[in-house]
Amino acid sequence: MKDNYQLVIIGGGPAGLAAATTAANQGVCCALLDEQPTLGGQIYRAIESIPKQRTQQLGDEYTRGKPLVTAFRESDTEYYPETKVWSLNKQREIGVLYKDEARIIQADQVIVASGAMERPIPFKGWTLPGVMQAGAGQILFKSAGVVPDNGVVLAGSGPLLLLLAWQYLHAGVDVKALLDVTPLSNHLLALPKLPKALLAHHYLTKGIGYQIELKRAGIPLLFGVSDLRAEGEGYLQKVSFKHFGKQKNIESELLLTHFGVIPHAWLTQSADCKHQWDDSQQCWRPEHDEWGNTSLDGIIVAGDGAGIHGARSAEHAGRLAGLEALFALGIISQTERNKQGIQDRKWMKDERYIRPFLEAYFKIPQSLLATADNDTIVCRCEEVTAGQIRDAVKKGHDNSNQVKFFTRCGMGSCQGRQCSNAVAHIVADEKGESVEKMGHFRGRPPVAPLTLDQLACLNKELI
Amino acid sequence: MFKQLPATDLETVRVIVNGQSISVTKGMTVAATVLSQQQKYTRTTAISGSKRAPFCMMGVCYDCVMVINGKANQRACATYVEEGMQIEIQQGAGSDLVGNEL
Ligand SMILES: Cc1cc2nc3c(=O)[nH]c(=O)nc-3n(C[C@H](O)[C@@H](O)[C@H](O)COP(=O)(O)OP(=O)(O)OC[C@H]3O[C@@H](n4cnc5c(N)ncnc54)[C@H](O)[C@@H]3O)c2cc1C
Ligand code: FES
Repeated sequence: MKDNYQLVIIGGGPAGLAAATTAANQGVCCALLDEQPTLGGQIYRAIESIPKQRTQQLGDEYTRGKPLVTAFRESDTEYYPETKVWSLNKQREIGVLYKDEARIIQADQVIVASGAMERPIPFKGWTLPGVMQAGAGQILFKSAGVVPDNGVVLAGSGPLLLLLAWQYLHAGVDVKALLDVTPLSNHLLALPKLPKALLAHHYLTKGIGYQIELKRAGIPLLFGVSDLRAEGEGYLQKVSFKHFGKQKNIESELLLTHFGVIPHAWLTQSADCKHQWDDSQQCWRPEHDEWGNTSLDGIIVAGDGAGIHGARSAEHAGRLAGLEALFALGIISQTERNKQGIQDRKWMKDERYIRPFLEAYFKIPQSLLATADNDTIVCRCEEVTAGQIRDAVKKGHDNSNQVKFFTRCGMGSCQGRQCSNAVAHIVADEKGESVEKMGHFRGRPPVAPLTLDQLACLNKELI
Repeated sequence: MFKQLPATDLETVRVIVNGQSISVTKGMTVAATVLSQQQKYTRTTAISGSKRAPFCMMGVCYDCVMVINGKANQRACATYVEEGMQIEIQQGAGSDLVGNEL
């Protein structure tokens, strides 16, 4: 690994792959860093190494990643797998952990394509072993062929839940039920957005197709579910919930939940790029223009890390970010950038027609965002409950960061990744203010833990 | 809770999980390994001593930390199995990591 690059791309999902290929093919000296050992990001995880039979179980959206990875491999990008980026600053100094050694590299341009993470929603019992995120189930399936062996309950809201149920069905997994907590009132809210969504109808037909197949296979799909709880002594034993007001239970040792995804914005936050609250996507995201430029010079964002638009859109955004880097480096002119970007801008726009509908349809209700149950643990690391957060607000701590220092909520090893949003929602709820006003936890480097040994052998002073 | 689907031509390595030697597929994470070995939990918390297991599998929740080759606080979902690796449940806090308070 060199100390200097013209361009460094963080993340090897569709956005990062497309960005790197675009820039490298026009002569830029660039490096792509990803903490995973394989290329493909979340959606195309392990696409180069997965056994053939498994790709069929994962469906055709998954195999779309193949040509993207092949084109990247044919480009001259230096690829560093198992390389974690632990800091980024406005001087574009990038802290990386490579082969167990911490170092700082410098880039003229940086493309952050760090993707998304599951939206963490605290609910009663979500810390019990046996409760995991649906994305976790998918990662186990894609990267290791590991699937539930004693049945599974899927619960939550969002398209990934249906997809996972379909993938499990094809892998012979016993899906005991799919519990959909999407409020039925969302259907009405989403209706006005349906005509535009029809312009990207392949997503809708795919979703309906999954539902039909699941129903045919006899998998109970329950809509209008509320009051989801995970119960058990030490481990998950049963999932309890209300279905149209009626209390129900399903015995299960495994519950996979999904409440949509949010940008994995820790790096851009710690670099101090401006972030804004996106009310429709219910998350913080870095501010950026249509080429991905953030508020900081030379730091470009692309893909779901910039705002949730899905894998295909990430690929287009990646290509546009690559072109922007080429322009910023003086390799192509603005006119050339605009010309080369025409198709991707058009395709990206087409891809995004579905989003307002999906965002309205799968809008997470306030009752889940800010749990009313004061005994529910919100901060998994420091075991801080919703009640303790509300008490802190009553004592006069009136934004997320103040509550953090008072309760230690968000100060554990995950650095608040799991509770940041929930804390903001609970504080806002208690104060009757908007979430936006409550702010997000301040991200600080290192965004990933380093050992003192690793820090001690840094090749340059930190910041 | 989990099982590995059969596949041919996969290379294996031997690791030691809580003192027991087992054969697992090369390239697997420690978390995938222990989950498919019916290990129900991977750590206990420092505060209440309650049991925890991997939650996100993508390196962001830190609920999967285990003692790996004698080192505490290693994320099982971000660590890949190697021949002879010693994997143990972590009881409470470990001590050799620095985090966000740096
Ligand atoms: C668990 C999970 C599963 C998903 N599965 C699907 C699916 O099956 N189908 C679908 O349509 N969408 C899926 N999504 C949505 C997903 O966000 C896709 O839309 C798509 O993968 C986005 O592409 P991307 O390039 O923006 O980011 P990603 O594909 O997420 O790629 C980002 C990459 O950045 C790397 N990275 C992040 N931070 C760092 C860092 N600090 N240092 C080094 N590397 C870093 C990650 O390891 C990752 O490989 C999933 C999301 C999640 C969280
Ligand atoms: S399971 Fe979340 S960090 Fe490992």
